[in-house]
Amino acid sequence: MPKDHGIGASSKRREDVRFLTGTGNYTDDINVYGQAYVAFVRSDVAHGRITGIDTAAAEAMPGVLKIFTGSDFEGVGGLPCGWQVTDRFGEVMKEPPHPVLAQGKVRHVGEMVAAVVAESLQEARDAADAVMLDIEELPAIVDMKKAVASSETLVHDEIGTNLCYDWGFVEDNRDAVNQAIKGAAHVTTLELVNNRLVANPMEPRVAVGDYNRAGDMSTLYTTSQNPHVIRLLMGAFVLGIPEHKLRVVAPDVGGGFGTKIFHYAEEAFCTFAARALKRPVKWTSTRSEAFMSDAHGRDHVTKIELALDEANNFVAVRTETYANMGAYLSTFAPSVPTWLHGTLMAGNYKTPNIYVNVKAVFTNTVPVDAYRGAGRPEATFQLERVIDKAARELGVDPMALRRQNFITEFPYATPVAVEYDTGDYHATADKIAEIADFAGFETRRKESEAKGKLRGLGINCYIEACGIAPSNLVGQLGARAGLYESATVRVNATGSLSVMTGSHSHGQGHETSFPQVVSEMIGIPEDQIEIVHGDTANTPMGMGTYGSRSLAVGGSAIVRATEKIIRKATKIAAHLLEASEADIELKNGAFSVAGTDKSVAWGDVTLAAYVPHNYPLEDIEPGLEETAFYDPSNFTYPSGAYACEVEVDPETGQVTVERFSAADDFGNVINPMIVEGQVHGGVAQGIGQALLENCVYDETGQLLSASYMDYAMPRADNVPMVTVDHSCQTPCTHNPLGVKGCGEAGAIGSPPAVINAVIDALHSGGFTHVTHIDMPATPNRVWAAMQG
Amino acid sequence: MQMSDSREIQADRETVWAAILTPEVLKTCVPGCQELTGTPEEGFEATVVQKVGPVKATFKGQVNVSDMDKPETLKLSGEGKGGAAGFAKGAAVVRLEEAGEGVTRLHYDVEANVGGKLAQLGSRVIDGFAKKMADQFFTRLQEAIEGPANEADAPEAEATPGEAKKGWFRRMVGAGGGAA
Repeated sequence: MPKDHGIGASSKRREDVRFLTGTGNYTDDINVYGQAYVAFVRSDVAHGRITGIDTAAAEAMPGVLKIFTGSDFEGVGGLPCGWQVTDRFGEVMKEPPHPVLAQGKVRHVGEMVAAVVAESLQEARDAADAVMLDIEELPAIVDMKKAVASSETLVHDEIGTNLCYDWGFVEDNRDAVNQAIKGAAHVTTLELVNNRLVANPMEPRVAVGDYNRAGDMSTLYTTSQNPHVIRLLMGAFVLGIPEHKLRVVAPDVGGGFGTKIFHYAEEAFCTFAARALKRPVKWTSTRSEAFMSDAHGRDHVTKIELALDEANNFVAVRTETYANMGAYLSTFAPSVPTWLHGTLMAGNYKTPNIYVNVKAVFTNTVPVDAYRGAGRPEATFQLERVIDKAARELGVDPMALRRQNFITEFPYATPVAVEYDTGDYHATADKIAEIADFAGFETRRKESEAKGKLRGLGINCYIEACGIAPSNLVGQLGARAGLYESATVRVNATGSLSVMTGSHSHGQGHETSFPQVVSEMIGIPEDQIEIVHGDTANTPMGMGTYGSRSLAVGGSAIVRATEKIIRKATKIAAHLLEASEADIELKNGAFSVAGTDKSVAWGDVTLAAYVPHNYPLEDIEPGLEETAFYDPSNFTYPSGAYACEVEVDPETGQVTVERFSAADDFGNVINPMIVEGQVHGGVAQGIGQALLENCVYDETGQLLSASYMDYAMPRADNVPMVTVDHSCQTPCTHNPLGVKGCGEAGAIGSPPAVINAVIDALHSGGFTHVTHIDMPATPNRVWAAMQG
Repeated sequence: MQMSDSREIQADRETVWAAILTPEVLKTCVPGCQELTGTPEEGFEATVVQKVGPVKATFKGQVNVSDMDKPETLKLSGEGKGGAAGFAKGAAVVRLEEAGEGVTRLHYDVEANVGGKLAQLGSRVIDGFAKKMADQFFTRLQEAIEGPANEADAPEAEATPGEAKKGWFRRMVGAGGGAA
């Protein structure tokens, strides 16, 4: 009988009531009395020298309050980068300045050159059109390999190269890996592209800057996944506003997928302009602006080699990746192709020798940073594709080849610096065979063939690192922040709870699942617990939500704070019951003395804490409010096996996903329904990457896929019902909930399964010359590959 | 994007050459041209209204003539700024070859680029659009010299009445010898 409340229950998402009835409070719903509006003038060339900005005509237009240009930001800090990578020669990465408004040069289409603040949005937009930019166009560099080779066309002249860093991991392994590959019985090589994506959250970015003269207080309302991080970065590094004079609010946020982690120039601008004009200033991104200013994702070009011995054991993996940084270093960009990618190259396999080389490259394109999965999808895709290719070359079953090489003993220290605490890869492999009905595949293939279609089955086994992250570890790796999480549990006098968390919910269902944890611990109904998040004024300093960390890290902080509450409440209860603290038990919302029928209700204890007439004041303080900061001791390592069945129309190259199944090991599960929803969403995004989505620049740096006419998002008819199973559970060993995180798995596990299925389908139709198709596998690409 | 094509014009090279360098002819030939002033030596100022896919804009810009080797080859280059719509620029290298008595073969190699919203929203239609623009330009040039192939095809911009089968340019400059 499934539970109907607490941990393990599929409690309905309470936040959906407001999301689905139009009563959410998104940033664009916030309008501050007297607000002005900003329209940004953005570069329409990819690379050029600014020789003049003529604002005279625009300034004379109705409603215009002020036009800002780069010169207004001289002396103001640039946007900081939160992660410093050290290259394989011991040099720190190149870190060119990232101005709020362009200084001297523009480096990508969409870069902000000027900003018009006016009384109304329409007046701001009209005047922005009248700002005349004189930009002497320079040759643009888009292709990463050309960028590295070029010494003439430089995105940042002052650093003398387009190479941000050349990272080797683990550098000491390099010779051993080269030797192992040289002596291997078989080496499979694959060159591939992990396509550039635009995150496209349903809600575009919005920023409202406000300034209160009376208190010299700035407030920024913004679409962020981590308001405290924005406050720290913007306050300390860009605008020089101390935290006690700066409040950042991220209210309801309509999807983030990583792209709302970062500190953006627009939000710094609105905060700055509000102070300068003593007026609130609002910006709401248009969808066109989102395409050319939200940080993009992925964009890796990789060569991977997998070496095997005579018995098909993996002996070495060697990779070389070019990772696009875009024109500037976005907040966490340097960490994505390195520590979130190189550390995952062992996958689920006991390959003894691994070497990863990553060249991060500046180009005249929008900055690239974390997008759902962030580094781990890139690692999984190349590894799972090359294993599939190796299985074909060797004529062995792809799942058998994987199983033969699975890690089976835990903890397992990989040659790429991480230690997996738990996992059972055979269990998820068994489970996927069952739920995806491998046994019935041949029958389904024959049915497809009878319709003139080719059917393929693709599998993928993934591991990822979630719950980021141990602060002392990431500090060594170059992070300029700690990655703990915080929680304050405030018990109200009559027993209800407000839980203030540093995590941020932008679709994940925290308001539902976090109360399940607390309810389980105290034994009071979930509806007595409210989750407060998203406002630096009323939550403790926390690091926010990304890297599938909210439950594993933020949830653990809530557990720790709740434990403190329970300890104190137990003391109060012992006093009220005139019993020894050691004999008090908390069960179903009541404290009782073990072995007696004496008990006191939760609400009576909490009331006593705030109305301490009968209270051990000499021993403990009144009140019932506790804060905890939780810093994890390791990453968590969710894993799983995915299976995809596609049909390919050999006449057109059209691919349709017919079946998709996911067997995940997320450790313990708090709310199965929310977990399934997270996997569904991730798989839909992964299918989008595999078959549809592609961000395209032309050779002059013009963004061609800048609207939904040219950038294909997955729609309902592209995604089948996804069969999800999370019954394989090896609980995380180092956090109190035993949870691992489920937010990104779907997007990590699905792209290789889809492409492996497409290749399998083509081989079944005799197109055995096709060894790889780059994503997105559009009809055009598939058909062209079939023609040879 | 790049395009190349050629066409035969029933006129000698000098006539074709002169036509290309005449502002009135250029104005008639550039699709959507509202205004064109200037001289070949100092360049022309042009205002062009065009709609590319979903983007409609007024482009203001410069057309310059360079690399002139009369009457064989010249280069027309232009750049137009369409404000919020972005920009368009292009260059056409035109070569004139004698192709018999009173007949000129005109070759052109066009390279065109667009930026901003034009590229972002119009990229799917831009190749076809640029080809159409180039096609129209040289068709109109041909018609300005020869006269329209038939009445119905006469460009809208051309309101000159008179002999249907003689190009208005040739009438204007008084060049003799009708091709038709």
